[in-house]
Amino acid sequence: MMSTITVAAMPLAGRSDNFWADAGGKIGGALIAVAIFVAVVGLLMFFADRAPKKGRDVVQLALFVAPALLLLLAGLIWPAIQTMWQSVTDRDGTWVGLDNFVTIFTDPTMQIVLRNTLIWVVLVPIFSTAVGLAYAVFIDRSKGEKILKSLVFMPMAISFVGASIIWGFMYTYRAEGFDQIGFLNQVLVWFGGEPHQFLNVPPWNTFFLIIVMVWIQTGFAMVVLSAAIKGVPAELHEAAALDGASAWQRFRSVTVPWIRGSLVVVLTTITIATLKVFDIVRTMTGGQFETSVVANEMYSRAFRLGQPAVGAALAVVLFIMVIPIIVYNVRTLRQHKEVR
Amino acid sequence: MSTPTPPRTETDADLGGVKEEPKAKRVKKRLTSRGATTAAIVIATLWTIPVFGLAISSFRPEREVKTTGWWTIFENWGWTLDNYNTILFESGASSASLGSYFINSIVIAIPGTIFPLVLALMAAYAFAWIPFKGSSWIFVLVFALQIVPLQMALIPLLRIFNYPWLDISGTFAAVWVAHTIFALPLAIFLLHNFISEIPRDVMEAAKVDGSSHTQTFTRIVLPLSLPAIASIAIFQFLWVWNDLLVALVFSGGTVRTAPLTQRLAEFAGDRGSDWQLLTAAAFVSIIVPLIVFFSLQRYFVRGLLAGSTKG
Repeated sequence: MMSTITVAAMPLAGRSDNFWADAGGKIGGALIAVAIFVAVVGLLMFFADRAPKKGRDVVQLALFVAPALLLLLAGLIWPAIQTMWQSVTDRDGTWVGLDNFVTIFTDPTMQIVLRNTLIWVVLVPIFSTAVGLAYAVFIDRSKGEKILKSLVFMPMAISFVGASIIWGFMYTYRAEGFDQIGFLNQVLVWFGGEPHQFLNVPPWNTFFLIIVMVWIQTGFAMVVLSAAIKGVPAELHEAAALDGASAWQRFRSVTVPWIRGSLVVVLTTITIATLKVFDIVRTMTGGQFETSVVANEMYSRAFRLGQPAVGAALAVVLFIMVIPIIVYNVRTLRQHKEVR
Repeated sequence: MSTPTPPRTETDADLGGVKEEPKAKRVKKRLTSRGATTAAIVIATLWTIPVFGLAISSFRPEREVKTTGWWTIFENWGWTLDNYNTILFESGASSASLGSYFINSIVIAIPGTIFPLVLALMAAYAFAWIPFKGSSWIFVLVFALQIVPLQMALIPLLRIFNYPWLDISGTFAAVWVAHTIFALPLAIFLLHNFISEIPRDVMEAAKVDGSSHTQTFTRIVLPLSLPAIASIAIFQFLWVWNDLLVALVFSGGTVRTAPLTQRLAEFAGDRGSDWQLLTAAAFVSIIVPLIVFFSLQRYFVRGLLAGSTKG
């Protein structure tokens, strides 16, 4: 805190000196932390090698697995159990049964949150996969395939926060009669429409947030499905073509069945990512204007509104929603492997 | 062994670089009609416009950005670096000071990548090559932990970090530890898949030569796993660099520890109409991932495909 205040009070020239000193200190600190970490691991390995012969195997085993397992136990398993416990108790730790869950499923604002989550989970996987698959088929073995892929895959590298600002700019609104600076409103105006406040008007604003997620996830679907398409044997296509099948028929009866396994992986992976979507909603609307989703609401309740129990219950809801998707994924993959 | 991770053919995917047989080429050629090409170009354009507009706007003067669209750049010509200067280095209560946050992101991302990777490598080796009682079911448990959303751990973990004897909440250490924990299940699983594929002969030969587990680990396993390590490291680095949730909960949110994403999200709330600054700020935050993306594309794709189930 102190250093921020001093920095703010200093003139420009001094400030930039301070910036570099500060930056150097922080990076130095990080490098020292890494060095210490590596040194400790190395030393432990060195001594484990020289442990008395009798218990050496046990010592070495402990050294290799214990750090990771202890961290997982203390930082993931135990907290997850506590969260489950917290979701059925109140602030003082008294048992309240399913009250927090009843709140989640009956409270009117919460119902909007659940409805939004459902819309996200249905639309994002379908659109991302459909566009990604179409694009993968269109550019398959075409000239410049690599570049065309990069263009659509690139959003996958960008943070959700960055993507939110990029799209926030696309959606910017200026009142009618003024020059638009948001591209989408300009397009509306070009086509003779009126500019629209994309992010403020429910229920459509949720769909405009969803577009951002689709923009990001399509590249993922496209790359996975493109790899799968390249695995379709050329003989099958040739045979179908000789039988007079059109491109669309070949796509439906040769390509799609062949890549079914990859389609399931893509759909379920995107579904899970969508269930947990947080950054986009947080950055673009903060959950206002009826755009909140479960993950955002969980954060708000637990860390902003002082309702950790409701937040914990929302986390559990998220967890429970993920399970059937993964079970389905694992089962389909297993069946698919047997068929092949 | 069935898993929710993409099967191998997809893990080996590469952007385009697939060998073509002449026959396949001939058949597929017919699929590529003019309509398909047009549709592909339309999609590619739609997907590129947002980033393109952002990049142009970030170099335009404030007045132009606020009154004219970036697509009118030829009529309203004008370029400047002021926006970047302002957001990176200017300070004051309402300024972005992104320079400092950029450093914080680096400071968070480097240990946030190395710590989990080293620990996961060691654990993966143990699960693959050190036989011990309960090995397989503990491994299945670690694998299963992937389905626990990190939201499940946030509140209690923050409480642990706040314990008087630990008291690391709001420091870099807290963010490093949190990222390490959340990365472990997936990293152990992926590295185990890779390390367990090392031929048994190689490992046996090392054993016959009298090398201990640590020697085998450092001399054989590490060098042989480098491709997998590179992919997972890139994925984890970008995951940490792009993360918002973990930062919000554990970083404390001050200029001393908070990463770029957190400041950017905050800045978008405070200065939502200063698009000349917001576009530049967004560009600063995406430049590192974009460099990684374009320079290490092959590893990037592998890492991303393998790691897409994380979180």
